[in-house]
Amino acid sequence: MKTVFVTVGTTSFDELIERITSSEVTQELKIRGYERLVLQVGRGSVLPAADSCSHVRLEAFRFKDSIAEDMRQADLVVSHAGAGSCLEALGAGKPLLVVVNDKLMDNHQLELARQLHMDNHLLYCTCSTLKETLRDMDLSVLQPFPPRQPKNFANFLDKALGVK
Amino acid sequence: MFLIGAVFALFVLCLLFIVRFCIVLKTGPSCKPGDKGYVSVLVVAGSGGHTTEILRLMEHLSAAYSPRHYVVADTDRMSVEKICTFEGCDPSPSQFTVCRIPRSREVNQSWASSAVSTLKALQYSIPLVFRLRPDMVLCNGPGTCVPLCVAALLLGILGIKKILIVYVESICRVQTLSLTGKILYLLSDYFFVQWSSLRTRYPRSIFLGRIV
Repeated sequence: MKTVFVTVGTTSFDELIERITSSEVTQELKIRGYERLVLQVGRGSVLPAADSCSHVRLEAFRFKDSIAEDMRQADLVVSHAGAGSCLEALGAGKPLLVVVNDKLMDNHQLELARQLHMDNHLLYCTCSTLKETLRDMDLSVLQPFPPRQPKNFANFLDKALGVK
Repeated sequence: MFLIGAVFALFVLCLLFIVRFCIVLKTGPSCKPGDKGYVSVLVVAGSGGHTTEILRLMEHLSAAYSPRHYVVADTDRMSVEKICTFEGCDPSPSQFTVCRIPRSREVNQSWASSAVSTLKALQYSIPLVFRLRPDMVLCNGPGTCVPLCVAALLLGILGIKKILIVYVESICRVQTLSLTGKILYLLSDYFFVQWSSLRTRYPRSIFLGRIV
């Protein structure tokens, strides 16, 4: 069953949760072939009920020790612009759509999401353009995100500090 | 006469301090603590995402980087749990320790009150660093690392021990350094950034791609 996983990390982002569970957006998801919608709503004020959606199967929770399994099962991840969430989704190799909370100004985390978008690692929109983005998105343009290379750091340090 | 003497003495002392400061900053590349077989590390774990990131780096350092002393802010319980999970929390002594100091800056704290709490943190950092005398301090961004690095520098300035300061800027920083990064760019021996755009802007920094 094609699944969309929505995550807001440790923050709250009611506008995104309301928008993505709205009838017009879920209808769009259904057209794109997604049948299941899993929401991680964090500290948000709404925790949608399972039967509140007509077009897709809905599950919602606030927090879990690890969302790795939800990431793994997802065919598309929709996330807030938080660095942790973005990097986790990209690290899991999932197509990622970042929804920017334009009510938060000067959020330095946006810098990372913006750069990753410029490098074609993720798609980027706001709540008001969510429906159009889901309708028009082409996931094939996304480039895989190269894995981190902590070994480079270790090798450099060994050499610099004279560790044998 | 006495006053002139005192002022002069103070002036000479300041001058000496500045000269020592410059010497200590310049001796980084020639400092090879690995020659003696091991490198003791003070790891500033900070909080939240910073802790996860720095543990990821520690994971790839060889066993020669030991003993490892972790410093966490005293308001942070999560980090201690993460460190224990990472280190295996084996009671075998002396391979790693966890120390706590007051947090120097909470998120969104004002500049003025940050300065006061940083001074308070310094009061804890100096005895800690003097006691542990690590070969290097490894940090990646939490405000807590500033007083610890200042304490590490102080040991060098006083001629007790040269402590290498290694700083890794967060991957979130693409165009500009964090406040801590801006300060540590001036004080560190090895300063890592994870985007080439920052490398261009800060020529003394080291860019090895994405390391965390």
